[in-house]
Amino acid sequence: MARLHVMERSQAQVVMDGLHEAVGKRLAVSSLAPCPVEFTAAFVGMCAIQSCGKCTPCRVGLGVLKELMEDVLAGRGDEHTLELIERTARTIYLSSDCAIGYEAGEMALTAIRGFRDDFEYHIAHKACGFVQSQRVPCVSGCPAGVDIPGYIALVEAGRNTDAVRLIRKDNPLPLVCGLVCEHPCEMYCRRGMVDDPMNIRGIKRFATDHMESDYTPSHADPTGKRVAVIGGGPAGLSAAYYLALMGHKPTIFEARRKLGGMLRYGIPAYRLPRERLDSEIQWLVDQGIKVHLDTPVTDLESLRRDYDAVYIAIGAHSDNKLGLEGEDAEGVISAVQMLRSIGDDELPDFTGKRVCVVGGGNVAMDCARSAVRCGAEKVTIVYRRRVADMTAQDEEIVGAKEEGCELLELHAPLRIATDDNRVSGLVVQPQIIGGPKWGRPAPRNAQADEVCVPCERVIVAIGQKIDSDAFAAQGVVTNRGKIVTDSLGSIEGFEGVFSGGDCQTGPATVIRAINAGKVAAANIDHYLGFDHRIEANVEIPDVQFKGKVSCARCELKFREAVERKDDFDEIEDGFTSEEAVQEASRCLRCDHFGFGAFRGGRFTQW
Amino acid sequence: MVTVTIDGREIRVPERTTILDAAHEAGIEIPTLCYLKDVNEIGACRVCVVEVEGIDQLVASCNNCALDGMVVHTDTPKVRQARKVNTELLLSQHDSECTSCVRSGNCSLQSFANDLGLVGLPYEKHLPDIEWDQNFPLIRNNDKCINCLRCIQICDRVQDCHVWDLANRAAHTSVNVIGGLPIDSVACALCGQCITHCPTGALRERDDTDRVWEALEDPDITTIVQIAPSVRTAWGDHWGMSNKEATVERLVACLRPMGFDYIINTDFSADLTIMEEGTELLERLKEGPHDHPMFTSCCPGWVRYVKSHYPELVDDVSTSKSPQQMFGAIIKSYYAEKLGVDPHKIFSISIMPCVAKKSECALPTMNDACGDPDVDVVLTVREVDRMIRSEHIDPRRLEDEPFDEPLGEGTGAGIIFGATGGVMEAALRTASFLVTGSAPETDVFKDVRGLDGWKEATYNLAGTPLRVAVVSGLANAGRLCEAILAGSVSYDFVEVMACPGGCVGGGGQPIHDGQERQRLLGDVLYGLDRVAKYRNSYENPAITTVYAEYLGEPLSKRAEELLHTNQHAWIMPGEE
Repeated sequence: MARLHVMERSQAQVVMDGLHEAVGKRLAVSSLAPCPVEFTAAFVGMCAIQSCGKCTPCRVGLGVLKELMEDVLAGRGDEHTLELIERTARTIYLSSDCAIGYEAGEMALTAIRGFRDDFEYHIAHKACGFVQSQRVPCVSGCPAGVDIPGYIALVEAGRNTDAVRLIRKDNPLPLVCGLVCEHPCEMYCRRGMVDDPMNIRGIKRFATDHMESDYTPSHADPTGKRVAVIGGGPAGLSAAYYLALMGHKPTIFEARRKLGGMLRYGIPAYRLPRERLDSEIQWLVDQGIKVHLDTPVTDLESLRRDYDAVYIAIGAHSDNKLGLEGEDAEGVISAVQMLRSIGDDELPDFTGKRVCVVGGGNVAMDCARSAVRCGAEKVTIVYRRRVADMTAQDEEIVGAKEEGCELLELHAPLRIATDDNRVSGLVVQPQIIGGPKWGRPAPRNAQADEVCVPCERVIVAIGQKIDSDAFAAQGVVTNRGKIVTDSLGSIEGFEGVFSGGDCQTGPATVIRAINAGKVAAANIDHYLGFDHRIEANVEIPDVQFKGKVSCARCELKFREAVERKDDFDEIEDGFTSEEAVQEASRCLRCDHFGFGAFRGGRFTQW
Repeated sequence: MVTVTIDGREIRVPERTTILDAAHEAGIEIPTLCYLKDVNEIGACRVCVVEVEGIDQLVASCNNCALDGMVVHTDTPKVRQARKVNTELLLSQHDSECTSCVRSGNCSLQSFANDLGLVGLPYEKHLPDIEWDQNFPLIRNNDKCINCLRCIQICDRVQDCHVWDLANRAAHTSVNVIGGLPIDSVACALCGQCITHCPTGALRERDDTDRVWEALEDPDITTIVQIAPSVRTAWGDHWGMSNKEATVERLVACLRPMGFDYIINTDFSADLTIMEEGTELLERLKEGPHDHPMFTSCCPGWVRYVKSHYPELVDDVSTSKSPQQMFGAIIKSYYAEKLGVDPHKIFSISIMPCVAKKSECALPTMNDACGDPDVDVVLTVREVDRMIRSEHIDPRRLEDEPFDEPLGEGTGAGIIFGATGGVMEAALRTASFLVTGSAPETDVFKDVRGLDGWKEATYNLAGTPLRVAVVSGLANAGRLCEAILAGSVSYDFVEVMACPGGCVGGGGQPIHDGQERQRLLGDVLYGLDRVAKYRNSYENPAITTVYAEYLGEPLSKRAEELLHTNQHAWIMPGEE
């Protein structure tokens, strides 16, 4: 008999691995739908099957916990059941021998505490009190509720203009979103259970790139009502566009030289080419939006007197400071300041300069990659956590790396070294990663000496703030800079004044700002005494059941790094027709199949 | 047009035709359970699945279109197995005690399972055993529910009442009152459309037949039963009788041997309603313009709906009681006097195509004649049919018998109360007479007939334009109320019937799964109206007599006391 064996995978193990992968894929498709109690019961049940069976709390406890939760779900539970569930879960956590048990116990406890209302509702009403809002997964995942299966079907049918018309029912900036949307919808895409989620952004981009013709949306009869919109970013533009369609007269007051807000002053041109941004903004303005550029608004009251309603959408254009020694030295630039200059076509010249970018978010990546394009000799992204903990999208981090940026992870800035009040380096303290704090692994100082990264420029990209002081001084209630509104977006004490977007929620995404503008348009319309509805009147092609056909996801391609890193031209290539149609044909049409068939897969108007 | 091949038969159908409909065109019937045309096309039960060449998985035929060149097989081993297993799965959660089920013999699940030739079940049975208030006029038994979700859709989409919802999820999914609330705490109109669209016995009316049997057996009690107009359109369905055979007089012949002492005709009190409500309308018009129209009040489902959904419009609902309740009040006052019977010893029964009437007769306000309830028990047509069957009476072997006089007389106007637009037309005929003093031309008001959910017309009433609207189905009623409140429409008089098509489509009528018979049944009523001896309520000699002998004139003090009600005197959920 051999003393050792080479590990061989049995057929059963191969199948098991396949199932493991399938479980992972299923769970990766975030679902807004399941009942929290069902979910917890199933989670506990899955943990139970991993128990080796040696120890009491894990072997017996997890099974018992599952049964108790089953009692709750079957309407057999009472308040003692809940108490017993909690006591059992705590004991599994406290007394299990290994992680299989105590992790299961802890997660169960977290769930029971987090979902307490749901458990109690089940016990009191023998019914689930969790509102089932998810009809179509991607649509539920899109903050603006864009009719995604609808426009994908239109792209598949070769009707790109109709696809854009349908998108614009809920999102007036499809071109922008086709290029830069964070596509939260894809996280919910059910196709992920089959192979990969749909490339929804890629399809949207294809539609806007390949419109067969332009069109003019229909406008309601003029109402004579005038609405002032402060800020020409995505929220302000969206609100103004829908208000114009509703027959009102919106006027945008923009503090800077051009419209676009963070689309122009935050997102570099290599991701969002200026001529494309300009064309989309111009199209919106042409629908009946009056614009005053270079016009910061300070006096809210007088504006309110001149207009029937006001919408404040000033975004978050101020920046956070590091608060370190040397921060006011020459050569320290804030991310907002740098990207704003680039937005106004004033490119900084970093030729021959070494640049350190502090931060790990998308803005840090934008700054680093822009610095490369501004001629920097070396760009180092300095981050106090690990690369894995960065909040920037993976694609942005990879892009930065490809373009030659160094990633200096686990180094916390200590001070900015200066020479004659000019930056000469960034002094950093090596870190070691530790346990979680506020949901993310927290670093602490490593037992290592501080290091100086020699550089001539330091770009600080550690978050934005809202510059709402002028409004606060006039009595608008703010909370850490954020403008406080009620659920309709109206500001207390200022009748007919609304606010939304980054300045109300804090810095968020383009699509969230767009939705804020859409919501504001509806609520302002209602405030003005109207009930205008926005619809697209686009007929969606017939649904065809295709059965299960595996086909992986088409990804968008990029220009080669060596070629793209020297200019601000667009880096991403859109789909070919072949790719777009294949990708669109992968859509599972959850508007028709599954729960969408029952509750309706489509809102044709809002 | 597209060409498809189904079971080897090539057929051309218009685009967007479902596989199910295309197969039907080709003479091939595909079984369905959850499917309800235009209302519930959701592919949930998966018994209508078919094989489409080129696709491994089966396709639901009820909500997928036949596409050009598609080759479909409806009866392959794969299809047969899927149908069988899915049916067995449904049955594993279904209480199959068919012998004690009101839907036995008229149950889609039962007949489908029988057709499949099932001989035993491979799965263990698990019944949800959910509690229900057995005193409520509507009974849900989830042990028989197959989660077809039709009741949710009918209630949401057609009736705008939102009573039902998925009360749990995943393997525990069940349909129940929204949020798991008690049924009497939500705004159920009791239209009963969920019952008549349920494929099984999961939904039914509260069975009140025992109370009637007890009264019939009690020698001290005089039983008086009234029969609503729509009953005559459908009561004989169980025996396969045509409308010509199953006359209301034949129903009278069935009831007499069962021991009912007096059998009278609700057509009479429909005429009485017209006299009161018509006069009320004319009085109101004299007051000058109102913001809102006057609404009819004879449909208790509508009254429940408007109270819970649009309480601000309740003041505009006519104070006239429904024909059932007017008759109840007359029975225990005038009729009791005439018969020389102590009204407390009268047991008043009504046979209705309606479930809401069961709650209406039990309202605290409906006891104006002698203090006892004016109507003691309401039976749906289905309950009466069950009583006839339990007596082993075969209506096909009986001869027609007349109603008991003097309250057996009705007019064509009373008969058409059962069809949408009928109350309006009846009211217009009499209002026209009351205003002009001469009989209206025959069928001059027939524009308000038909199955459109929202009809409108304007009539010249002695020089004054009268703008009227007729809606049936509560979602239509809701749209109309919204439009009235928004000021986008304006009428003088509006008839509302909760059930689509009016009482002939009532929630208490015999059930024909998958069929909408309102047109057919409405036509029966209009046919009877056409040949009626009297066609206008004011011509009814019994009406003339009751006013002369007892009530005086419409809206007299006694008429107000007996025949009108305060719509605010009881509260619906959502009303406050």
